Amino acid sequence: MTDFEIVKREDFSEVTYLLEIAHPAMAKAAHPGQFVIVMEHVRGERIPLTIADFDRERGTITLVIQAVGKTTRDMQQRCRVGTRLHAVVGPMGIPSHIGKAKKVVCVGGGLGVAPVFPQARAYRESGAYVIGILGFRSKSLVFWEDKFGACCDELTVCTDDGSAGLKGLVTEGIRQAIARHSDIEEVVAIGPPIMMKGCAEATRPHGIRTMVSLNPVMVDGTGMCGGCRVKIGEQIKFACVDGPDFDGHQVDFDDLMARLGRYKPTEKAALDAWKDESCRIRGGADPLAPVPAVGGR
Amino acid sequence: MAKKKTIRTIPQARTPMPEQSPEARVKNFDEVACGYRLEDALVEADRCLDCADEPCVKGCPVGIDIPGFIRKMAAKNFHGAYDTITDTNLLPSVCGRVCPQESQCEGVCTVGDTLEPVAIGRLERFVGDMAIREGWANVPYIQPSRFKVGIVGSGPAGMACAADMAKAGCEVIVYEAFHEPGGVLKYGIPDFRLPNSVVDVEIEKLTRLGIRFECNTLVGRLFTLEQMLTEMGFHAVFVGTGAGYPSFMGIPGESLNGVLSANEWLTRCNLMHGRDFPSYDTPLQPGKRVAVVGAGNTAMDAMRVSLRVGAEKVYCVYRRSATEAPARAEEIHHAMEEGVEFHWLTSPLELVGDAGNNVRAMRCEKMELGEPDASGRRRPLPVAGSAFELETDTVIFAIGTNANPILGQTSGLKLDKRGYIATDANLATSIAGIYAGGDIVTGAATVIQAMGAGRKAARAMKAYLGLRDSECVYGRESSGPEDTLFGLPRQEHNFARVHLA
Repeated sequence: MTDFEIVKREDFSEVTYLLEIAHPAMAKAAHPGQFVIVMEHVRGERIPLTIADFDRERGTITLVIQAVGKTTRDMQQRCRVGTRLHAVVGPMGIPSHIGKAKKVVCVGGGLGVAPVFPQARAYRESGAYVIGILGFRSKSLVFWEDKFGACCDELTVCTDDGSAGLKGLVTEGIRQAIARHSDIEEVVAIGPPIMMKGCAEATRPHGIRTMVSLNPVMVDGTGMCGGCRVKIGEQIKFACVDGPDFDGHQVDFDDLMARLGRYKPTEKAALDAWKDESCRIRGGADPLAPVPAVGGR
Repeated sequence: MAKKKTIRTIPQARTPMPEQSPEARVKNFDEVACGYRLEDALVEADRCLDCADEPCVKGCPVGIDIPGFIRKMAAKNFHGAYDTITDTNLLPSVCGRVCPQESQCEGVCTVGDTLEPVAIGRLERFVGDMAIREGWANVPYIQPSRFKVGIVGSGPAGMACAADMAKAGCEVIVYEAFHEPGGVLKYGIPDFRLPNSVVDVEIEKLTRLGIRFECNTLVGRLFTLEQMLTEMGFHAVFVGTGAGYPSFMGIPGESLNGVLSANEWLTRCNLMHGRDFPSYDTPLQPGKRVAVVGAGNTAMDAMRVSLRVGAEKVYCVYRRSATEAPARAEEIHHAMEEGVEFHWLTSPLELVGDAGNNVRAMRCEKMELGEPDASGRRRPLPVAGSAFELETDTVIFAIGTNANPILGQTSGLKLDKRGYIATDANLATSIAGIYAGGDIVTGAATVIQAMGAGRKAARAMKAYLGLRDSECVYGRESSGPEDTLFGLPRQEHNFARVHLA
């Protein structure tokens, strides 16, 4: 097998970073829409992360991570080229269905920009006309504009503050795309739940099939814990084995958002403890300060 | 044996198991049952009548030569006793702790007709633990064959099958999706019943047979069963993935925060060490008033874990009465001693949330027992107007599991109508070369039943591969315990195993 070595790291912003991990078998098996579970170290928690890219020739998978909680911030500090993760398991979940749609919109918001990329590329390879809509809070957070540029027929970048591209939310981008094209057959939206909800509402009146990728709290990722259960229409589904892709018009996003907060108090305690610890180790430096962008360890 | 023992001459009382007091043990995760001391074991071993018809052997799912190993214990030949047990059961320390002996070997014990039955499980555990302490391991002579066997899942079914196939000379690789091997023994059964360190020792023994464990491998998604047989060069595959997928009741309020499956609760606590948060990263969020729905062994584990991580009140909510509860009597007894409040004949109707979307109460109704249903148990019927609220901040469902869908989604295996893997009587699946056993075939059962299935599948796999195998490995009739090594007759090693491909 592999020992989960990190072979490349790239920092997109103060909070967003990319890790490329050597795992030839997974690179061979991965499909768009799938995810992995990562453990940083032996005492770590298992966190689900969507596969942002895979390279079958290099034998690597790529994860794009936002430093928000204890584990992701700790990884931001410790994961360097040449270091190893304790565990990476996957590819998990049912691969995205790349249908015969002739014209699709691929929407990525924030961190969701990364996982929507393999789908945009797959649609491009299937011969579809691909409209990319990427949303960020501001210009400094924009990444992968070039990668999307290469596989999208049209690309709109939206920023909340208007510092780059269209000022506004991705839903505005969707509205404009629908106004320009009456023949959009499918929308794929990945991002924070509130964004995916907005996208689903934007397309609902037009009856355009809208697929979203859900990332609820999970432990094992293999259907065993049920922590990731989500309401899809009248049914309860497990995002890890029945998803993670679901019909956005059926998803109960309010339920999803409420459940995402269920470990907030303990997560916050863990983060606070980590900040204290990290301060001590780093001699009082702000643990949230960006890691110097120099290579090496 | 000088004189034939009779029911009158043996020690009359079953030797009690030394235990931590309930007050002490609810504050720690150390084992509740501390294990027999040497003197306890010798007294209890003396209680076996060594009777002629040996009902205990037939009562054991893997057919351990129980009178044989007890005889050796009584003669203080503990290594010999260990050899006898490991002829058929490779995990005595595990099975001695978690088998439901009262419904298996001990349930049919001849002594039990008149007195309390011989404490077979406790004796088995004594031998197993002594082997761990002394570092005994039976590594048999293995005649290599040129076959490669893949095992999917490192729980009890997979371990048992792997051991038999390794002993038959196959190169065996066990795949596990979690980051540590052991399956339910690790993530499910808590340390106070089965310490994970015991499981680790048993797994280490398997590696001495040449078995390789590959963790972090999700078979079906990383590679398919079909790929194992084609590209990866496995000659046969055994699937022992367990049932997994937990059930919920489908009542309103199940998605409230604070509502979870016993699987999630136990995995967070046991495998992920959530109980040691924050020195381990996985959060557990222990409740103060915990209601556990169900009354099986898993429910008892979930309740007793809750007490140990600081719950003030723990309720067991079960729609039938204590008599029908599927948990082992000993587990229910332990849970009661530790202060679990049992609400028998009570069924949840709805979970009520607060403004913050957290569960605040469980609305229940009382039940009464009616006529027997298809399972032979009396059917619980609601008592009109009996609804009441139970205040709770955590609700844990331990009402069983369904089949895990991953292998069904990713292979051509034929499933039965409930989604479990369909097999014939020899545990062969619809794909030639692929065998399956344990919970993924039968639905939720016990550790020893899963091990029995793993061994049964191994026998069929050996036949399929054309490996020499004989009933003497399994049936006691032809395997004089004096003349075998690890279940294989010694003389068999004089013959080269021939396989013509």
